[in-house]
Amino acid sequence: MYRYDEFDAEFVNDRVAQFSDQVRRRIAGELTEEQFKPLRLMNGVYLQLHAYMLRIAIPYGTLSSTQMRKLAHIARTYDKGYGHFTTRQNLQFNWPSLEDIPAILQELAEVEMHAIQTSGNCIRNTTADHLAGASADEHADPRVYAEIIRQWSSLHPEFSFLPRKFKVAVTGASTDRAAIRAHDIGLEIRRGENRQIGFRIFVGGGLGRTPMLGKEIRDFVEERDLLAYLEAILRVYNRWGRRDNKYKARIKILVHERGIESIREEVEAEFAEIRGGALDLPQEERQRIARYFAPPPFEEGPIDAARLTEAMAKDPAFAVWVERNTHAHKQPGYTSVTISLKPIGGVPGDAKADQMDSVADIADRFAFGEIRVSHEQNLILPHVKKNDLPEIYAALAEAKLATGNRGLVTDIIACPGLDYCALANARSIPIAQRLSERFADIERQREIGDVSIKISGCINACGHHHVGHIGILGVDRKGEEFYQITLGGAPGEDASIGEIVGKGFSADEVVDAVETLVDTYIRLRTDPKESFLTAYRRLGEAPFRDALYGEASRAA
Amino acid sequence: MAKKLVAEQMVLTANRLADGRVIYLGADGWTIDLDEARIVRGAEEAEGAEEAGRKAVADRILVEPYLIEVVTVGGGVEPARLREKIRCAGPTTGHSRSAA
Repeated sequence: MYRYDEFDAEFVNDRVAQFSDQVRRRIAGELTEEQFKPLRLMNGVYLQLHAYMLRIAIPYGTLSSTQMRKLAHIARTYDKGYGHFTTRQNLQFNWPSLEDIPAILQELAEVEMHAIQTSGNCIRNTTADHLAGASADEHADPRVYAEIIRQWSSLHPEFSFLPRKFKVAVTGASTDRAAIRAHDIGLEIRRGENRQIGFRIFVGGGLGRTPMLGKEIRDFVEERDLLAYLEAILRVYNRWGRRDNKYKARIKILVHERGIESIREEVEAEFAEIRGGALDLPQEERQRIARYFAPPPFEEGPIDAARLTEAMAKDPAFAVWVERNTHAHKQPGYTSVTISLKPIGGVPGDAKADQMDSVADIADRFAFGEIRVSHEQNLILPHVKKNDLPEIYAALAEAKLATGNRGLVTDIIACPGLDYCALANARSIPIAQRLSERFADIERQREIGDVSIKISGCINACGHHHVGHIGILGVDRKGEEFYQITLGGAPGEDASIGEIVGKGFSADEVVDAVETLVDTYIRLRTDPKESFLTAYRRLGEAPFRDALYGEASRAA
Repeated sequence: MAKKLVAEQMVLTANRLADGRVIYLGADGWTIDLDEARIVRGAEEAEGAEEAGRKAVADRILVEPYLIEVVTVGGGVEPARLREKIRCAGPTTGHSRSAA
């Protein structure tokens, strides 16, 4: 894992001291709320419905067991004993008192963590494939570049007051698990003619009230030019992005209004100016950072396949868990494990302090102390021996973390919604819980197969509903919670934005409506191998709409 | 600024500066208990409550004061809107259910 160098440590410690003083001055009355608010936001401190909320960055979703234990300690000491993993590889604490936040930041700095740039109109936490460095289909580790981007974008003076927030995601595998086309900039690492590393770059993606998929601005940017090219994009955005209307301020609107060709032309002109200058990435530096992400000391040894098969035969729940929650690894004998934070009836993404400690212990025992956070609000042990799976499962089960539902209908993404969030119009979590309970039967879930439900409690779309196979958007209709359903969204390499299927549903009706959609899919699929998304793309929305509203609705 | 609330019965609410906790303007000072809140009726009382809010902001007791509508239920009052019901009673679900 990456370790802070003296510059990282210094700037994080400086920021802790700075913000501690700002909090002191705020409480002493030397700063007004108006003056203080942008400062607290720069440090990840929001004011939500019930309390302050602290959003902590987990850079490219990578956590050590030591860091996880620190998060557990903070949850226990300063919060209500749990934390919430978000769709942006962040962790949120929902109940810190403002007076405690300097101490929390100090504790975080001790384990090389912070909350800088988790809010505000700046470059946010760069996210990456949660299976980085592990998955069998990877051609280069995205964390190396995410770390380089982190260093470049942290406290970047030119980009601290952008027209609006800016999000970057990186993938280095053929399967896009980082939803790169739903980001302001999406980077896909590629290999060139001589196997040299480069980047295919998408720009202008994003969800929110105007969902757009990123458009390709360049099919290959050489490795050493990465930062120069990113800087060129940011400069064009900073110059032309709208500041008169916050709803039109994201780069997606600029790209949409001006057209990708025009933006490309300007970016290329800017790039030509700065290429090879101060932002040139020297090979030694790239290699130095890459060394932090070197593979752990894998053991070579025989796989005891019989032992695993036997354990699976003995315990059907374990067999389902292995089937759903493990992932092909590049190292023979190893696998990656998803730790589902979606127990039946639970709050998606929530982990209790004791569970965080358990995950840290399990990571130390079996996974080189390494943990990942996925944008799907689950945790991952990236490198574990297949031989250890029965023991890992047993340890996870003890911590109530062994739900074998990764990618199934109960693996629901949900934003905090109106239970916590000051922006929300409707609750998300209770809908997720009721859906999870409705589909609790694991055999039924397996029969349904891969399908994603994503729920947002407002148009800002933190729950990624636009890219859910089934998306649910909560709205306020005359004081009542109401839920609009979209179908056919997808976040990956075959990304698409879901389409609204028809009029919305009340909180009472929405779970039945989703079940009707799922049953319709089961009825119409060609065979169990045809996934929900594939079937939807083949069938279109008509049969689903008919099932929800009756055939008569089509004439209307 | 949000448009001015016009309702039969109102209460002034805000979040406490030090810990963000939901508070209400009471008969005498600030309270975390809606049952102890001062019920505000009519434009004059509303202005009085808002003035108390502005003063409390200046005194660093709270942030972002605003009026909400409340309705009489049983012997007491409760917020008219769901958002304020949740602010008053805490999250409706999860580990911090009813922690307000």
